[in-house]
Amino acid sequence: MSSHLPALQVVIPLIASPTCVLLRDHRVVWGFAVLVNWCALVIAALMLDQVLASGPISYAIGSWAAPWGIEYRVDVLNAFLLLIVAGIGAIVLPYARTSVIREIPADRISLFYAAYLLCLTGLLGIIATGDAFNLFVFLEISSLSSYILISLGKDRRALTAAFQYLIMGTVGASFILIGVGLLYMMTGTLNMVDLASRVPQIADTRTVRAAFAFLTVGAGIKLALFPLHLWLPNAYAYAPSVVTAFLAATATKVAVYVLLRFFFTIFGASFIFQTLPFGEILMSLSVTGVLVASTVAIFQEDVKRLFAYSSVAQISYMVLGISFASITGLTGGIIHLFNHAVMKGGLFLAIGCIFLRLGSTQISDLKGLGRQMPWTMAAIVLGGLSLIGIPLTVGFISKWYLILAAIERGWWPVAGVVLAGSLLAAIYIWRVLEVAYFKPWPTHKGSIAEAPLSMLIPTWILIGLTLYFGIDTSLTLGVADRAAEFLLGGQS
Amino acid sequence: MTHELITQLAVVIPLIGALFMWVSHNQPNLREAVTIVTAGLLFVSVASLLPAVLTGARPSAVLAEPLPNLPLALEVEPLGMLFAVVASFLWIVTSVYSIGYMRGNHERHQTRYYIYFAIALSSTMGVAFAGNMLTLFVFYEILTLSTYPLVTHHGTDEAMRAGRTYLGLLLFTSIGLQLLAILWTWQVAGTLDFAAGGILNGKASNTMMGVLLILYVLGIGKAAIMPLHRWLPAAMVAPTPVSALLHAVAVVKAGVFTVAKVLVYVFGLDLLRALNASALVVYLAGFTIIAASIIALKQDNLKRLLAYSTISQLSYIVMAAAVLAPLSVVGAALHIAAHAFGKITLFFAAGSIYTATHKTEISQLDGIGRSMPWTMGAFTIGALSMVGVPPAAGFISKWYMLLGALEVENVFAVGVIVVSTLLNAAYFLPIVYTGFFRTSKKEPSHSRTLVREAPLPIVMALTISALLTVLFFCFPDVPLTLAYQLIGDSP
Repeated sequence: MSSHLPALQVVIPLIASPTCVLLRDHRVVWGFAVLVNWCALVIAALMLDQVLASGPISYAIGSWAAPWGIEYRVDVLNAFLLLIVAGIGAIVLPYARTSVIREIPADRISLFYAAYLLCLTGLLGIIATGDAFNLFVFLEISSLSSYILISLGKDRRALTAAFQYLIMGTVGASFILIGVGLLYMMTGTLNMVDLASRVPQIADTRTVRAAFAFLTVGAGIKLALFPLHLWLPNAYAYAPSVVTAFLAATATKVAVYVLLRFFFTIFGASFIFQTLPFGEILMSLSVTGVLVASTVAIFQEDVKRLFAYSSVAQISYMVLGISFASITGLTGGIIHLFNHAVMKGGLFLAIGCIFLRLGSTQISDLKGLGRQMPWTMAAIVLGGLSLIGIPLTVGFISKWYLILAAIERGWWPVAGVVLAGSLLAAIYIWRVLEVAYFKPWPTHKGSIAEAPLSMLIPTWILIGLTLYFGIDTSLTLGVADRAAEFLLGGQS
Repeated sequence: MTHELITQLAVVIPLIGALFMWVSHNQPNLREAVTIVTAGLLFVSVASLLPAVLTGARPSAVLAEPLPNLPLALEVEPLGMLFAVVASFLWIVTSVYSIGYMRGNHERHQTRYYIYFAIALSSTMGVAFAGNMLTLFVFYEILTLSTYPLVTHHGTDEAMRAGRTYLGLLLFTSIGLQLLAILWTWQVAGTLDFAAGGILNGKASNTMMGVLLILYVLGIGKAAIMPLHRWLPAAMVAPTPVSALLHAVAVVKAGVFTVAKVLVYVFGLDLLRALNASALVVYLAGFTIIAASIIALKQDNLKRLLAYSTISQLSYIVMAAAVLAPLSVVGAALHIAAHAFGKITLFFAAGSIYTATHKTEISQLDGIGRSMPWTMGAFTIGALSMVGVPPAAGFISKWYMLLGALEVENVFAVGVIVVSTLLNAAYFLPIVYTGFFRTSKKEPSHSRTLVREAPLPIVMALTISALLTVLFFCFPDVPLTLAYQLIGDSP
């Protein structure tokens, strides 16, 4: 059983997905989806344990050996990411029961869970696979299901947002496919380990450089790297709350993983950062992303859009970490994958609680909410402090590594930008908090209740993790550090 | 009870107290009792560490290890001991005062007030006992955040705007400048532990050290060095007990305490003597002392005047430390305590006047000394301490600061101390004169009897703090011993 874990990680949600369509009752299908997701979490935890103890796991699908067969290869980096994705899903799904009833038409709820499980399958598959084309397949699965999930939002603009994401996402996926195709053309293999041994020798050819460009832009679109981020604010703002929380915490992280895998495992750090001046290019893009996205966030009227732009800025931090090409920088980027997932997941869950009670996410409607929904707003305060990077929260840990990496490289302006990003975050967080705590609740609205426990508890679990992993970083930093050394140091 | 446990308890006791306050929010008398008991317990535990520290022991404890090789560690050393003892004792006095003030003014959200007050004191203890710069930074930030609800307590638009200045300036300096300095120190020195003689010797060039020093000094916004001082007058919008304990004792002293720790334990006095930037710090602080005093001269609002006086007095501590003479460093350490007693008395008096008469402007205070003799008496003692005249505490610390400046022949510092003493007299003594010797032109003489002293808890508190100000002058041995230990000597 345990030897089949990598396959089970993907197969279980994959088979569970169409089963959801057969289950009509929304409580049963919800319970089933939660069970499946928790199974996926257990499998991911077991695999991480195994990888930390005895090194990468290699699994041949259908017992056909690599490089002809499809290989699933789980090393420290993707075991960590599997844990993140499955973990976020496991916490977000119990929350979904009440939230989904409010936001999605009753006859579509089974379809929602089916699409959700497909999306989970896709994301887990992207992470677990060791085959470049297989990665593209799962990328398409997760993308298409996420377009469906986004379009289920109540606001009619959800449809146009999903369509915009579909167009841009398809362009991105196609670029990745072209990149993979060009690599296949030059090396004759699709297996990542095999590519890793063959590509460096032919790296300085125009074809391979073109492949690199296509892969980077394709992944960049999926991870909403500035200026390819235009699909993200609308998609996050109009999707159902559960979808926003789940996608914000997972989809972009998986795209960053794709970038990491192609950069460091296949192309190799020396090609990217020494032969090409790519460190500087990535750094410029991410620095601009941090400043522009944070500034735009300050002027948003809808709190979901505000946090969406905040996500673009936070993703830029991850890419900034990658651009340093040092252990410290890469550790900072990888740990921010985890930290941001936990922070943003918690924040969007809290906003979902607000939407449940208020029916709106406009900042002007949040007046006086501090007294009406104290626990929800307290969750937003703590999540916001983490975004700013106050010590004892996960956000501080990420910022520490990023600034340290900048100082080590002597890139002082970059250190300044990271700090400026924190201060800009303080401004937009404070906008929301001032409205909620200093403005009076309009008396004509009548009193509203706090969110139900089924939604508050998952929110506070994630916010609690934001604090816990800001104090006890042994797991997250230990794994991130190992992953960074592994990526930069070569194969193990 | 081991010293290690007590050190950790110092940070934890106020938090537990806050929990009990929350639980007893429906019973005000129980809640107030919890506050007093918590404050009492805190002082007792902190004071129990005093004998050990006086003999040279340095109790320490580790709380957690968020970053590899960078624990959240506590270590009790003389300066921190002095700060913690003063702050914890004054919390007891302020709690008594708060009861009278909050109830006398029918303030709302009192439970929230007491809870955040306790959290602020917990972080103050954390700052006082921090064993490395990271721990100090963590508690420094928590202090900023936990005092924000206290500053904006009244929830008005004015409070919100003041809160923006407060938080904006403090976070800008701490995140933008201090954190950068800390990370740079970590990268250069490989450690953030506080060590006698500093951790930066020979690690980088003198110019870089100079820049680092300025980053620290400007980054420690709580020390209110100009031009980063605006948060302190803005914070006067808070209820007066907040201004008294936090913005005369805990928050501002956390600022100058941090500056002193950085100067003595991160850089080390010997390294600083080799840096030109040290002189720059002296000039910055000296400028702040004079400029703040001149601004104070023009204030009519009593709390604003006291705020600018605080800014000026804080820079005494920074300047005295930056002069780098052993005796002036002793003076700086003493002034952390002396100023605390004097200033808290002054703020208590201001709050007392407001509670009894709703007057906030100095021009309204004609003859108030006759109807509120205890309040104005205490105010007088506090004012004498600010000027630096016996028998008030401020005399002792100023004496040492002056001696130290003369010893190293720092003409600028000596001049600043002399001129500012005159300026202090110029804006404080008229208030005393107005209070006692001028007759109110607006009120007919028979209505004097309608103004009575403030409620008893308020009067008790300000009498105690005034007494402490005098006692410090009469019995300065313990603070002196601790201050001398800072420079590795004895009185």
